[in-house]
This record gives sequence, C-alpha cells and structure tokens, in this order.
Amino acid sequence: MQMEKQNQTLIVYLDGELDHCSAQSIRRLLDGCIKDGEIKNMVLDMQELTFMDSSGIGVILGRYKQIKDKGGRMMVRNMNRQVERVFRLSGMNQIIETM
Amino acid sequence: MKITNQMEISFLSIPENESFARVAVSAFAVQLNPTLDVLADIKTAVSEAVTNAIVHGYCDCMGMVKIEAILKDNGMLRLVVSDEGCGIENVEEAMQPFFTSQPEKERSGMGFSVMQTFMDQVEVMSEPGKGTRVTMEKKILAG
Ligand SMILES: Nc1ncnc2c1ncn2[C@@H]1O[C@H](COP(=O)(O)OP(=O)(O)OP(=O)(O)O)[C@@H](O)[C@H]1O
Ligand SMILES: [Mg+2]
Repeated sequence: MQMEKQNQTLIVYLDGELDHCSAQSIRRLLDGCIKDGEIKNMVLDMQELTFMDSSGIGVILGRYKQIKDKGGRMMVRNMNRQVERVFRLSGMNQIIETM
Repeated sequence: MKITNQMEISFLSIPENESFARVAVSAFAVQLNPTLDVLADIKTAVSEAVTNAIVHGYCDCMGMVKIEAILKDNGMLRLVVSDEGCGIENVEEAMQPFFTSQPEKERSGMGFSVMQTFMDQVEVMSEPGKGTRVTMEKKILAG
C-alpha cells in the first residue's frame, strides 16, 4: 500500500483485496497515519483494489468517523465495478465523496 | 433439473481461507462461462458467508467451514456454506440490514444484504449451539 502526503491531505493507494483477512493490517496502517497531527483529509484511491466485501465497509466507515472528528474530509476515487456496488449498497456513497 | 457438476470443500476457519474460498468457488463456476460481473457477484457472496462462519460461527474457537456447490443443466449454481459454530438465535433479526452483533469490531451488518443483492436467492437455517447453513442460488447466463 503506497501513500502520498500533499499538504494536509493523505492519499492512500489501496491495493489487492480488502476483506476480513486484510482489514486488520490496513486499519492499523491508516490509524497510524490519522494520528499524524498534520493530516486532516484522506483520499482513498482504489485503482489497484481488486475486491472488497462488507469487512471493507467497516474499515472505511471507521476511518471516515475519525477524519470527520478531526474536522477533515474523506474522499474515494477509482473504484472498480465490484467495489462500487458494495460501496453503494452500504449507503457510503451518500456520506463519502467520490472524486 | 439435472445436476451437471458438483463439488465439496472444507477448510479450517482461519481468515487466510476467505480468499481461498472465493478463488475455489469462482474456478468451479467458471465452467458455466459467466460474465466477469457475475463471477464477481459470486465471489462477493461467498466471501460474506465464509467470513460470517469464521468471525461469528467460530467466534472464539476454530472449526471447519464447508462449501458445497452444485451446477444444474439450466445454468443454476447452488452454494451451501455451513459451519458447526455457535448458530444464530434470531435469523430474521440477523438478516436485517445494519444488524450486527459485533459493532465494536467495526462490523457494519451488511453481509446478508450483500448476499441477497448479489445472488438470486438466499436462505439461512441455523440452530443455536449447532451451527449455520446458508444456501444461495444464482442463475448464470453464459456471457
Ligand atoms: N455463521 C454464523 N454464525 C453465527 N452467527 C452469524 C453467522 N452469520 C451471521 N451471524 C449473525 O448475523 C449477524 C449479521 O450478519 P451480517 O453478515 O449481515 O453482518 P456482520 O457480519 O455483523 O457485519 P459485516 O458482514 O457487515 O461485517 C452477525 O452480526 C451475527 O450475529
Ligand atoms: Mg458478515
């Protein structure tokens, strides 16, 4: 998983599969970054994310809440069709901006 | 309808087997020549059912998760994912969107909704203390 810092925004390039098995390590990595006082906003780039299930919804919503509590914005971009269907089904598209 | 193919696998309830289950079932379903979207639907539903067996059924222990798959000559794929874990007290409640017994683990309660959306039919049979059996069907039109 690659990351890139642009001023107050962290761009996270998710890759591989986001399921219950991979959730824990992704969660830990993202939480470490959110603790960084300089980071306010987060962009999740899903170009290289090949699969996501409901475990991914939990991971994204959890990080969304933390970012929101810091007064920041969370955005997602480049979802494939499978990922987007799961994303929409959960209603996340109504609270998280798509770029 | 005639059964044209059938398979059965069982594996230990460790998270690493979630991707194994997705790959195994999609490799079996591919003989019906499904579109990539349909294959993705099947993988997603399998992932949900298997993950539930691992994280809820065998919550604090280990056990075997079983998948049976049947193909019929009308293009119907039937999947049965079962565990011999803790079972579900109230199936109707468990299947409600956003119902989860593990909010503290950041579960969103969307697993059954995903299965119902991505497959044509989902049926859950469960007995507390005995285990859970999720039967899913999807008609596969060759792509
Ligand atoms: N195999 C199972 N054994 C025991 N309980 C189960 C099983 N499958 C589901 N449940 C119960 O049904 C509830 C709803 O399952 P569902 O998959 O919809 O949501 P979740 O797993 O809690 O969250 P998510 O799938 O979004 O991560 C679970 O919280 C659990 O209480
Ligand atoms: Mg679930």
